[in-house]
Amino acid sequence: MPTPDDPAGLGARVDAAVTAALAAIDAASTTADLQAAKTAHNGQGSELASLNAGLRDIPPADRKAAGQTIGAGRAQVADAIAARQAELALVEEAAQLEAERVDVTALPRIRARGGRHPLTMLMDEMSDVFVAMGWEVAEGPELEHEWYNFDALNVDPDHPARSESDTFYVAPADRHMVLRTQTSPVQVRSLLTRELPTYIVAPGRVYRTDDIDATHLPVFTQLEGLAVDRGITMANLRGTLEHLARAMFGEEAKIRLRPNYFPFTEPSAEMDVWHPGMRGGARWVEWGGCGMVNPNVLRAAGVDPEVYSGFAFGMGIERTLQFRYLLDDMRDMIEGDVRFTEQFGMVI
Amino acid sequence: MRIPLSWLGELVELPKDDTADWLHATLVRVGFEEEAVHGGELRGPIVVGRVRSIEEEPQKNGKTIRWCQVDVGEEHGGVRGIVCGALNFVEGDRVVVTLPGSALPGGFEIAARKTYGHVSDGMIASERELGLGDDHDGIMRLDPLGIAGEIGDDALAILGLDDQAVEINVTPDRGYALSLRGIAREVASATSQAFRDPAAIDTGTGSGFPVELRDEAPIRGRAGCSRFVARVVRGIDPARPTPAWMVSRLRLAGIRSISLPVDITNAVMLELGQPIHGYDLGKLRGGIVVRRAAAGERLTTLDGADRALSTEDLLITDDRGAIGLAGVMGGAETEMDASTTDVLIEAATFDGVSIGRTARRHKLFSEASKRYERGVDPAVAAAAAERVAQLLAELAGGTIDELGADIGDVPEMAPIAIPVGYWSSYTGADYTAEEARDALERIGAEVAEAADAWTVTPPTWRRDLVDREGLVEEVARIVGFDRIPSVLPVAPPGRGYTRQQRLRRRVADALASSGLTEVLVAPFVSEPQARLTGAEPVRLENPLDGERAWLRTALLPGMLDTAHRNLGRGLTDLALFELGRVFHAVDGQGTESLPGAATRPDDAALAELDRLPAQPDHAAVLLVGERVRKQPGVAAERYGIADAVEAAERIARTLGLELELRQAERPWLHPGRTAELLLGETVVGVAGELLPSVAAAADLPRVVAVAELDLGLLVARARVSLDTQRIAPVPAATQDLSVVVAVGVPAGDVRRAVRDGAGALLEHIALVDDYRGAGLGEGEKSLTFALRFRADDRTLTAAEASAAKLAGLAVASERHGARLRE
Repeated sequence: MPTPDDPAGLGARVDAAVTAALAAIDAASTTADLQAAKTAHNGQGSELASLNAGLRDIPPADRKAAGQTIGAGRAQVADAIAARQAELALVEEAAQLEAERVDVTALPRIRARGGRHPLTMLMDEMSDVFVAMGWEVAEGPELEHEWYNFDALNVDPDHPARSESDTFYVAPADRHMVLRTQTSPVQVRSLLTRELPTYIVAPGRVYRTDDIDATHLPVFTQLEGLAVDRGITMANLRGTLEHLARAMFGEEAKIRLRPNYFPFTEPSAEMDVWHPGMRGGARWVEWGGCGMVNPNVLRAAGVDPEVYSGFAFGMGIERTLQFRYLLDDMRDMIEGDVRFTEQFGMVI
Repeated sequence: MRIPLSWLGELVELPKDDTADWLHATLVRVGFEEEAVHGGELRGPIVVGRVRSIEEEPQKNGKTIRWCQVDVGEEHGGVRGIVCGALNFVEGDRVVVTLPGSALPGGFEIAARKTYGHVSDGMIASERELGLGDDHDGIMRLDPLGIAGEIGDDALAILGLDDQAVEINVTPDRGYALSLRGIAREVASATSQAFRDPAAIDTGTGSGFPVELRDEAPIRGRAGCSRFVARVVRGIDPARPTPAWMVSRLRLAGIRSISLPVDITNAVMLELGQPIHGYDLGKLRGGIVVRRAAAGERLTTLDGADRALSTEDLLITDDRGAIGLAGVMGGAETEMDASTTDVLIEAATFDGVSIGRTARRHKLFSEASKRYERGVDPAVAAAAAERVAQLLAELAGGTIDELGADIGDVPEMAPIAIPVGYWSSYTGADYTAEEARDALERIGAEVAEAADAWTVTPPTWRRDLVDREGLVEEVARIVGFDRIPSVLPVAPPGRGYTRQQRLRRRVADALASSGLTEVLVAPFVSEPQARLTGAEPVRLENPLDGERAWLRTALLPGMLDTAHRNLGRGLTDLALFELGRVFHAVDGQGTESLPGAATRPDDAALAELDRLPAQPDHAAVLLVGERVRKQPGVAAERYGIADAVEAAERIARTLGLELELRQAERPWLHPGRTAELLLGETVVGVAGELLPSVAAAADLPRVVAVAELDLGLLVARARVSLDTQRIAPVPAATQDLSVVVAVGVPAGDVRRAVRDGAGALLEHIALVDDYRGAGLGEGEKSLTFALRFRADDRTLTAAEASAAKLAGLAVASERHGARLRE
């Protein structure tokens, strides 16, 4: 409505346009509505735009004031649009997120579980204990020359263990090749090739002609240890085994040695480990064989027993796994049933 | 070795209570392994009774039972009524009665019970029910067995059923411990008490019986027989029963009673460790010659087997020829039997190697051969023969004759020098000289002390003691292994795992982390499996399973069996891997002879020993079933060649290597789905899908994706260095390139051509589409590559990128006839 100060009624028209615009902005419930309101009330052809376009018809003396009036109105509308835009964005983002909700208990599984075999993990773990002490890991052939498997280890040519009822021979047998019956040939190979003193462990597969049952496998794994140095004693043997036992079974673990016989060691001993964490109660468990390296073995490897002495030990990895996890049947370890391995995953 | 406690108790003092446990603990401490306890399962009252009357009562089921009145003595209730099913006894017989409250082997409790219309107040026992033998033809009658005992006496004591035996495992170096004599000495040594030597008896001698030791082919330079003692006992009564105490001790020791003369020879063997053979003197023809078998000679042994002999077999012969396989088993023709009255006793020292070979050759492992193989005391032969002669006289009513022989000798024992204190310096234990001396003397050695080194002469039954370390072992085990302290040795600084060891472990971890499960498969395979991949396999001389007599040349054939086992157990989707050794035959593998081991073989000999089959480390992957199972919102995806290749590439990338792929064929793989895996020009493995017929033969689904790589080779070629460059921080330019080529052109070849042509500006290229159909000619396909270009020093213009792209196209056109797809 025209007033004396505003002959054309500009202020009132701006107010009306702003009021209408604000109402439309308020009413917009989506960004599309808001966009439409913006176009209708502040875009080209809108009341405010045409008022603005009419400025050029206003006498120059009044143009500035009119411009300010229109400008303030448009700014008010633009602010309202921006504010409403922010509100709507929040609401719509929330709706979008809600729409993306999934059942986390029913997510698709796209990769199989997988896992390392517990025997290889255990072999690694035991080797780690020795490597941390400065020992090295030695390896040798599984299909071995009879000399390394028997003769060099002081096993008499007529020892019953050399018979075909204990040892796999490669055909023809008169070519003197066997599947190694113990990891001990690596002792001889290490003494022949490494510098003294020698401290090594040799984990690996060994073979015996045992039919498969709960406690026997024709293929199994052993960890062999050998230390040859000046002044090595049986006390060093016990100390080493006790260190391994504590690393694996806890600080209360200890080693008991019982006299026994092996051709490649003298004195020879059976070792028992006191397993404090044994399920069903702490107790002694048979763990393996050990002893002082027989001087004949040192001689066969060109080491002077007058200068050097050594100890050696060997234990079954299957046996270790068996009593550590109270597994009563070793067959599970070699049948390759993935359910057995998956129990362990990547941790032993 | 099973040790009857009552017998051992005659040689060394044993505690009264918990004797078996005590003995086990004692023997374990000095180096024997605990095995078992036998006997002692029966509980009284089990008494001697006399059958007063028998009434036979036929039953409806056709069976006849006997209603007996049995006198078991006043203190056990006098005469009791007992129902018995056996018919082999008469009124007046002395029998064994198990009274209510007693228990038989297997926890069988005896109680008064109502049966066949009577209350049976106990049981008349058979030998089998008492655990005495297999005889179940009827109840046990004491009179015919010559077993004494008054009515009401404790039958357990009379029959030795209150005795027990402890079983131990004797290691092969300690043959002396296969005797009561040896064990008693060990117990005495371990407990520092006195020991009664049963061999310390006055030894009579016989002479005049012709014996000749004639070994013309000693094995390893050792005479087959070094001593032969013969004694003659005449006029024994072959019908006499073996005394109950002897039957009981033999039974506890695991030896069945045969006849009195045979039982005596076995009892003396158990007591002294000397195997004894008894011949029926009346059946011998002339004197005895101990010799090797002649070619083609045969012998029928006691067990009735007719055996072809080897010229290495040592024989006992008389004028007719072979009459025994020395130290292993006697012959049938000169066996003692129920009519034997005159006996020739043989107590001989045979060489363990010779006897062991014969026993293994004929698969004839006897109590005698076991002892000879482990070493029999050559000095005990005469005492053993004397002991048998005495027992035959005492128990069988015989007369010891003057006829006999003692041929050969007892070899001298070589003395061993041991530096004073060596027992401590070698063990780390503070064993004193006094303790060492005491231990060595207790095991029977003679010790001559001197200032620096003692001279120790082992006893004749310890031929295993040949060096000072052996003596240290004796001191340590007698004084105690528990005295050895725990001292951790300090190793010199090590270099850690080798690079190969580290990388192999990382490969295993990488495969497992990507969803594969590690398996360990036994390497025994069938010949077709061994030959599947074409390598020359190694065969075993003595496989456990004749079907699987070969060693694997690749990991996959064995893994097929593993996969089959898993599928058979209801699993459907498998992703397996194995890292392991395979075996490839090489020309001239092995050696003709074995070098000696007394000293280090020379380098040439050692090099020969390494002429072994090649044993490379392989890695293999087997995938079957669904990689992704059907799930809400996800369609199932099956494993295929792409997964096998991806696993192979994962192995290679873990080692810092990039594999090249090449379309290839293998007879056992799908001809259109086989990729050779290359490092440069070297084929390091193969990946693909099994030939469906191979999968079917392994009883597996049609699609089995596999890969096998030479892991050793990959690890050896693992990346050791890299030309690293500053990463250019400038923007990239990306463009697509679609080219049309013939369908038969491998996309990889086109990709390589584009890469070669586009030059250094091309940073990355990936195949994003393979289109065939409308708009293309017959036999054509369109390949679309996404290309990313970048220069190190500037932002590329679109024109530069396009130029590089077209350069790539030009090479693809030149090599493969590619044209730009409009």
